[in-house]
Formats: sequence, structure tokens, C-alpha cells
Amino acid sequence: MSLIRLEHITRLYQMGGETIHALRDVSMEVRRGEYVAIMGPSGSGKSTLMNLLGCLDTPTAGVYELNGTNVGELDDNRLAEIRNREIGFIFQTFNLLPRADALRNVELPLIYSGMGSGERRRAALEVLGSVGLADRVHHKPNEMSGGQRQRVAIARALVNSPSIILADEPTGNLDSKTGEEIMALLGVLSDKGNTIFVVTHEEEVARHARRVIRIRDGLIAGDEVVKKTGAGA
Amino acid sequence: MNFFVEIKEGLLIAWDAIRANKMRAGLTTLGIIIGVVSVTLMGAAIDGLNRSFRQSVSVLGADILFADRVNWFVNSEEEWIKVNNRRDITLDQVKVVERQMTLASAVAPVVQTSRSVRYLNRSTGGVVIFGTTEQYLQTAGLEVDEGRFLSAEDSEGGRPVCVIGYDVCTNLFVRESPLGKKIRIGPRWLEVVGVLAKRGSFMGMVSLDNQVIIPVQQLLLGYWRNPNFEIQVKAVDLAHLEDAKEELRGVLRKARHVAPGDPDDFAINQQEQVIKMFHHLAGTIEAAGLSVTGLALFVGGIGIMNIMFVSVAERTREIGVRKAIGARRRTILLQFLIEAASICLIGGLAGLAFVYVLTLALSSFFSAGLSLPVTALAVLVSLLTGVVSGFLPAWRAARMDPVEALRNE
Repeated sequence: MSLIRLEHITRLYQMGGETIHALRDVSMEVRRGEYVAIMGPSGSGKSTLMNLLGCLDTPTAGVYELNGTNVGELDDNRLAEIRNREIGFIFQTFNLLPRADALRNVELPLIYSGMGSGERRRAALEVLGSVGLADRVHHKPNEMSGGQRQRVAIARALVNSPSIILADEPTGNLDSKTGEEIMALLGVLSDKGNTIFVVTHEEEVARHARRVIRIRDGLIAGDEVVKKTGAGA
Repeated sequence: MNFFVEIKEGLLIAWDAIRANKMRAGLTTLGIIIGVVSVTLMGAAIDGLNRSFRQSVSVLGADILFADRVNWFVNSEEEWIKVNNRRDITLDQVKVVERQMTLASAVAPVVQTSRSVRYLNRSTGGVVIFGTTEQYLQTAGLEVDEGRFLSAEDSEGGRPVCVIGYDVCTNLFVRESPLGKKIRIGPRWLEVVGVLAKRGSFMGMVSLDNQVIIPVQQLLLGYWRNPNFEIQVKAVDLAHLEDAKEELRGVLRKARHVAPGDPDDFAINQQEQVIKMFHHLAGTIEAAGLSVTGLALFVGGIGIMNIMFVSVAERTREIGVRKAIGARRRTILLQFLIEAASICLIGGLAGLAFVYVLTLALSSFFSAGLSLPVTALAVLVSLLTGVVSGFLPAWRAARMDPVEALRNE
């Protein structure tokens, strides 16, 4: 059974009396453990697709099933719960809370899921360790490099063991070397069985994925499986 | 996430946010401080006024009727003129009342005048001289500190004796007992037989200790031949006060030959009237005072609302992130409400501390204290101000679309 099933998804926006078709009739299925890159130029609808996949937004028409749940029928609170448990977000600009240290940033999803403080701390420390930040847990975002910040964000995305990880231009604010490191980390996570989506417009980044979905004018323009050239490249 | 965890998290976040903008939070708090200080001071002042009134009014016993030619409270000038033209109440009429009243435990005629009082080379002026009988002890609720009060024989025979108030005693007698000494009141010499216990003042203005009580016959002889009398009647008990009042009215009408159908040509006053009058007055002061000072708090509340809107706008992205990570509307709403309430509470507590110091400093010449109800009210009001003025901004934050919020730069 597939983890994600999109059926004839349409998303319309009203903007100054004009109707914008951000997505028109998008259908796809993604199985657990896949590593998918969503590519397209700006204005193609890839951000809208990402928002829908992340349950930040609901489709105007069509069905989105995540783990067997029809997401389009849920109210605001249930959507918040789904985002909390099923989805881990990684943003281009990291979006960490500036006044909170790494540990507290990573703990945040667990606070919202209602986990007790001792258990929460243990889980957050473990995930921070797994992304290589065991010695940075009490640093605040402005005391860390871009790569370190993105690792904190990745730890935050992972800490609730979500069904899918959504990364929106995860290397967009990083230099190419750090970007490579982050992509390598995502590769490792994928190898561990996580389902990952990376939204990007860079072929370099997309090359790390095993499946590339191309969006153009709100339609799927291509869906191909990438052959890996050499193990762990 | 359960409610208490949300409150705790909200407090943590609020504390962070306030610390991050100390200057701003401080200035906003100032508005609340001013509001709370003015409301609390007004409350304390009204409290003090009420307290001093309650103390003063107890001088007029609750079970005492004061029959007089005039009413204590006259509403118009016409009434005043009419009331002033009434015939005097004579001592004979008082005697009739004394003989005929069945529901009275004491009846005393009272006439007041003012004289200076002298002993040896010391004198004290403006002393109120009361001409009355031994029953005045009960109707006025007096206590004798030294010696004795007037006796029935003193009053009947008009003996040249007197009972002096506490202030008169301390003004005239230094290191010697006043008992048995003769003092000169106006033109006559009277022997001191008793000293009254200290009573304080009425409404903080009229001293109740600067007085001398003499037998009514003595007063008629020496000071005032045909005065107008006030009749003080103590009812047998409080439950029969209204009946006693009716009886007194009937007796007086007969004694003064008021024709049936004609209105009374006298008035029966009682403590209740003063209390009513005071409540009316105090109610007006309270309403006016609290609404003016409430205005200060309202302005402070607007400041809070303003700053919370700014805070929400500044943290749009943070709100988006929190929502993406799984914060519900309620969580966001609570977070900002707690922040607003915290700022107000800090302001409220600071205001209270200020008021506390102020009342301590002023306590020597201003009978206003910071009572527990006023304190509790101030805390409650500042919390409420925070919640009310923080609601709209918090609601806006809670309703934000996460996609829009995340797109915000």
C-alpha cells in the first residue's frame, strides 16, 4: 500500500479577482521509503504541492490520502496533529526559533505532542547526536554556522519519527560544500528507511534523489526513477 | 498537549519575549502601572473614607432618635426657611415626652452653646457646652473615665457641677486631678465631678473631646433662658426603633398642639439618614473616581493591545513555524494571551508595590490603607486588562494561515 496517494488534486487561488490555477489535476503515489525530488521553475506549483503534502494547505478538489487518512476532510486542529506526528519540515531559511537553544528547538515538536519533559530531553539529545551536534546542544542559532543550523532543523524534523520528511530548498542558503554535506545526511536518512521529499530547482540537488517529479504549469511534466551511479556516491 | 503544559510553555515563551524586548515591555508596562496605581489609590482613598465614616457615625447610636425643630438634611431653600420658622421645642415638651414614652429607655433634652473655659491662669476656647440631664449618658453612649456623670439630683436641682471632656481636662489640668476643682465657664463657676473617656473626632473635623456637660437647669440659669431643645430618645431596643419613632411623633404632636391633618412642625432624625446621605455621596464619588482612574487603565490596555499587535506581526514567521511543527490554534492563542497577561501582571504588581510604599509614607496624615480586597482587585483587574487587550492580537495570531505566515519575511 502506498504511503501517499494524490488523486486529481486541484488548487485554486483567488488573487485580485483573478483565479490562479496553482495545481491542475495532479495524481501520484509514493511508497514508504522513497526519496523523491520535486523539481520545477518558480511559479510551477511545486511550493503549492509541497504545502499540500505537508498538510499546511488543503486541496480545492481531489483526494489526498496520507497513511490511509483523507487529509482534505480534516479540521485545523487535526491537521496540526498530523503535521506534528506525520511530517517533518526542513526549510530553506532553517526557521529555528532565534531565542531558543538547539535542544529546545528540537524539543518543540515533542512539547506540542505532549511528551513529558524527561523523555523529551532524552529523545532530543539522541537525535541531535545522530546529526553530529552532540557538543552544540546549548548553542543558540546565532552562535552556529549555516550547516549546523540546518542540522538542528533536520534533527527537529526527525525527532517525532514522522512518516515523511519535507525539505524545501534545503541547500538554498548554504555554500556548495555545506550543501553537499546536508544532502549526504539526507541520503543517510533515506538509507535508514525514511520517506523524503526534496523540493528544489537545482539539478545538482535533485541528483541525490531516486525519483524525480517535474512540475510545470501546475501539471506533472515528468516522473522518472533515477539510476544511482555507484553505491553511496 | 494538556492545558497546564500549555500554560507553562506559554509562560516560558512570554518570559523570553519580554526579556528580548525589555525597553518596549517596560514602556508598555508603565501604562499599566499608572493605571493600576491610580485605580488602587482611588480604591484605598474610598476605603479610608468609608472607614472613617463608619467610625464617626457610630457616635450617633443606631437606636437613638433625635427629635429637633429642623431636619438634618434639607433639600431646598424654601424648605429651609419653612423649617427655620418652626416653634422651638421647650423643656416642658421634653418632660412630656419623658413621662409619656413607653418604648424609650432614656430621654434627654440637649442644648448646645459655646464658651471658653478657665481654670486658674489657663483657659481654653471654643468649648461646646451641653446642657442636659443624667440620661444623656445613655443617649450619647458616653463613658466616664474619672469621677462620675451627672446625677438625677444634679440635673433636677441645677447644681453647679460639670463633667468635662478629655481635651478640656488635658488643656486645663496639668499633673493634678480635676475632680473637685472649680472651673469658670463663661460667667459662672462650676465644680468638676467627672472626666469623659477620649472619643476622637467626628468625620475628622469636630473634636468630640472639647466639651463640657452641665445640668440643663444650670444652663437655663446662667447662659440661655429660652433655648430650643433637641430631644434624644434611646429606644428600648433596635427592633422597636420604628415603633418608638411613631410613639415619639404622636407624643410630640400632642405636646405641641399640632392639629390633626397638619404636617409635623418638628423632625425626628436618626443615624440611618446620615448613612443614606453618605452612601449617596460616596456612591457618586466612587463612580466618578473609579471611572476617571479606570480611564487611565483603559489607555494602558490600549497600549498593551498595540504592542501585542506589533509582537504578533514581528513574529509572524515564528507563528508559521510553530504551526508547521504542530501547534494548534488554541496553543498559539494561549501563548499570546499569556504574554499580554504577563506584561499586565508585572505592571500591576509594580503598581501595587509603588502604592504600598506611598500609603506607608502617607499613612500619618491620610487614613488610607492598602486592604486585601483592593490588592486582590488590582491584581485581578490588571490580569483582566491583559487578557482583554491581548485577545484580539492573539486571535489574529491563532487564525493565521501557516502558508502565509511562513512566506512572511
